[in-house]
Amino acid sequence: MIKVQNLTKAFGPKIAVNDISFSVEKGEVLGFLGPNGAGKSTTMRMVTGFIPPSGGTIRVGSFDVAQNPIEAKRLVGYLPENAPLYTDMTVYGFLSFAAEIRGLTGEAKKKAVFRSVELCFLENVLHQSIDTLSKGYRHRTCFAQAIIHDPQVLIMDEPTDGLDPNQKHEVRTLIRRMGEKKAIIFSTHILEEVEAACTRAIIIDRGRIVANGTPDELKQKGETAGAICVRLPGVPAAVATQKLGQIPQARKVQVLKEADSSVLVRVFPQARTANGELARSVFALAVAESWKLEELHTEEGRLDEVFRTITLPDTTKEVK
Amino acid sequence: MNALNNIKSIAKRELTGYFASPVAYVFIVIFLLLTGFFTFMVGGFFERGDASLMAFFLWHPWLYLFLVPAVGMRLWSEERRLGTMELLLTMPITSWQAIVGKFLASWLFLLLALVLTFPVVVTVKYLGSPDMGVIICGYVGSVLLAGGYLSISCMTSSLTRNQVVSFILSVVVCLFLILAGWPPVTRMLEEWAPAWLVQSVANFSVMTHFDAFQKGVLDSRDVLFFLLVIGFSLFSTSVILRSHRAG
Ligand SMILES: Nc1ncnc2c1ncn2[C@@H]1O[C@H](COP(=O)(O)OP(=O)(O)O)[C@@H](O)[C@H]1O
Ligand SMILES: [Mg+2]
Repeated sequence: MIKVQNLTKAFGPKIAVNDISFSVEKGEVLGFLGPNGAGKSTTMRMVTGFIPPSGGTIRVGSFDVAQNPIEAKRLVGYLPENAPLYTDMTVYGFLSFAAEIRGLTGEAKKKAVFRSVELCFLENVLHQSIDTLSKGYRHRTCFAQAIIHDPQVLIMDEPTDGLDPNQKHEVRTLIRRMGEKKAIIFSTHILEEVEAACTRAIIIDRGRIVANGTPDELKQKGETAGAICVRLPGVPAAVATQKLGQIPQARKVQVLKEADSSVLVRVFPQARTANGELARSVFALAVAESWKLEELHTEEGRLDEVFRTITLPDTTKEVK
Repeated sequence: MNALNNIKSIAKRELTGYFASPVAYVFIVIFLLLTGFFTFMVGGFFERGDASLMAFFLWHPWLYLFLVPAVGMRLWSEERRLGTMELLLTMPITSWQAIVGKFLASWLFLLLALVLTFPVVVTVKYLGSPDMGVIICGYVGSVLLAGGYLSISCMTSSLTRNQVVSFILSVVVCLFLILAGWPPVTRMLEEWAPAWLVQSVANFSVMTHFDAFQKGVLDSRDVLFFLLVIGFSLFSTSVILRSHRAG
C-alpha cells in the first residue's frame, strides 16, 4: 500500500530525512521509532503530501504522491503531531466538515460521523466546542477525523502522546485492531507501544533508518539478548565469576546482584553460540560444582537497550 | 463540480467558525457604528442636501483600511499557529481550493456587514429620490474594494503565524494602495515628478479606481483592477504557502 523509495528532505543545509526506503502492506502496522528530531514527522508529512520531498518517490496505493496528490490523499487518514484542531468548532461540526471534504454527503456522512464517534468514544462531547475539550478528547477528535472515511492507509504521528495510561491502552488496542485491514504507520518514542501494537518497526536516527524488523528481531540486536541469568545461593561472587568465565561459550560474566544468601550473575554468549547451548553448559557446570540453582533463564533483550545502543542521544543538539 | 463542493465545504466551515465566537458580532456592530459615525457626523450627510450616498461611500477606503485586515489577518496565520494547515492540506483538496474557499468565506462575511448598512439607503430613499443606479454601483465598488483589501490581508496572513504582524503588514500595504492615488499625495508628488509617472503610480491606487463607482460609473477597467488585485494576491498566497511547506 505504501512504498517509499530513497526519500530525502533537506531544510536548507540541514538534512532531516536521508535516503529512507520502506514499504507497508495491508495488514501491517509499522512503528516509527526514534529520538526527537530524528525525522519521523518529516517523513510522515511527505508521505501524506503535506511537504514536498527533496528527492525520492512515494507511492500510496497505485498513486505517486507527487504526481497524483489528490488521489493519493483520498486513500489516507492522517493524525498530525499534537492533534491540531479548529478550536472554534464543535466536535460534530468538525467531523461533518472532515466527512464532507472526503466526499461524503447526506446519510453516508451522518453514518460516517457516528461510526467515528462511537469508535473514539466521543458521544459525551459531541456538541461541545473543541476549545473546551480536555487533551485526551482533543486527541480522540483528531483521531476520529483521520478514520472518518475508513481509509486504507492510516498515518499517525505520536497518537498516544499526552494521553493517560487507560487512553493509551485503548488507542493501542484500536490501532492493532484496525491494522488487520489497513496499512498503518505510527510514530512513537514509547518502546512498549511498539511491542504492543506493531507488526514491524523501523528505528530512525538523524534521518536514516538504523534498524528495521519485527519487534522480536529488533530485541535480538540488544546486548543482553541470549545472555543467561543464574541465581546461585551460597556461592561467592568471585568463585561464580571465575568458574562461569571458563565455559567455552561464555564471552563475559557480569555480577548483577550480590547478597549474603545468593548471587545473581549474567553470562554473555560468544558471538556464534547456538540457541540453548550456553544454558546447557551453565547447567552442566552447576551440576558438576554441586551448586544449587535458584533461577536460570535466557534473556530476550530489551528494546530500550537496542534503542539506546543504536541511536545517539539528543539528535537535535548534535546536528546543529 | 468536485472543486466547487470542496470550496463550498471550506467556506462553510470558515463561516461557522466566525459565528461561533462573539468576535463576528462585535465586528459587525463596530462596522455599523463606524459607518454611521463617518456618514452622518464627519461626512455631513444631512448638510449636503442631496439625495445620494456620497457621504457614505467616501469613507470606505479609510474605514476598510482597518476593518478589513481585522477580518483577514487570521485567515492563514491562525491555520499556521494552530497547525490545522497540516490537517487541511493533507485532505484531498488542492491548496487553491483552500485559499479560495477561505477567502470567499471572509468576503461573504464582509458582504453581510455591508448589507446591514441598508438603513442608510432607506434613509435617503425616504428623504429624497436618489438615483438607485448610482447607489448600486457604489455598493458594487465597495464590495470590490473590500475584496481587494481582503485578498491583501489573506496574503500577509500567510507570511506569519502572528495575527498582529499580519494585521500591521496588511494595513501598510493597503495604505500604500490608497496613498498612491489620494489627491493630496498626488498633488504633492506632481511638484517634483513628471506627470506621467504620478499618473502611472496612481493607476495602482484603489482611490483612482474606487472613485468612479461612487459617481455611478461602472467601468470595466475599474472592475478588472480589483479582480486583478484579488487574483494576484491569492496567487501570491499560494506561492508563499508552498514555499513554507517546502521549508
Ligand atoms: N520546517 C522545517 N524547517 C527547518 N527544519 C525543520 C523543519 N521541520 C523539521 N525540521 C528539522 O528536521 C529535523 C527532524 O524533525 P522531525 O521530523 O520533526 O523529527 P521527529 O518527528 O523525529 O522528532 C529536526 O532537526 C528539525 O529541527
Ligand atoms: Mg515529531
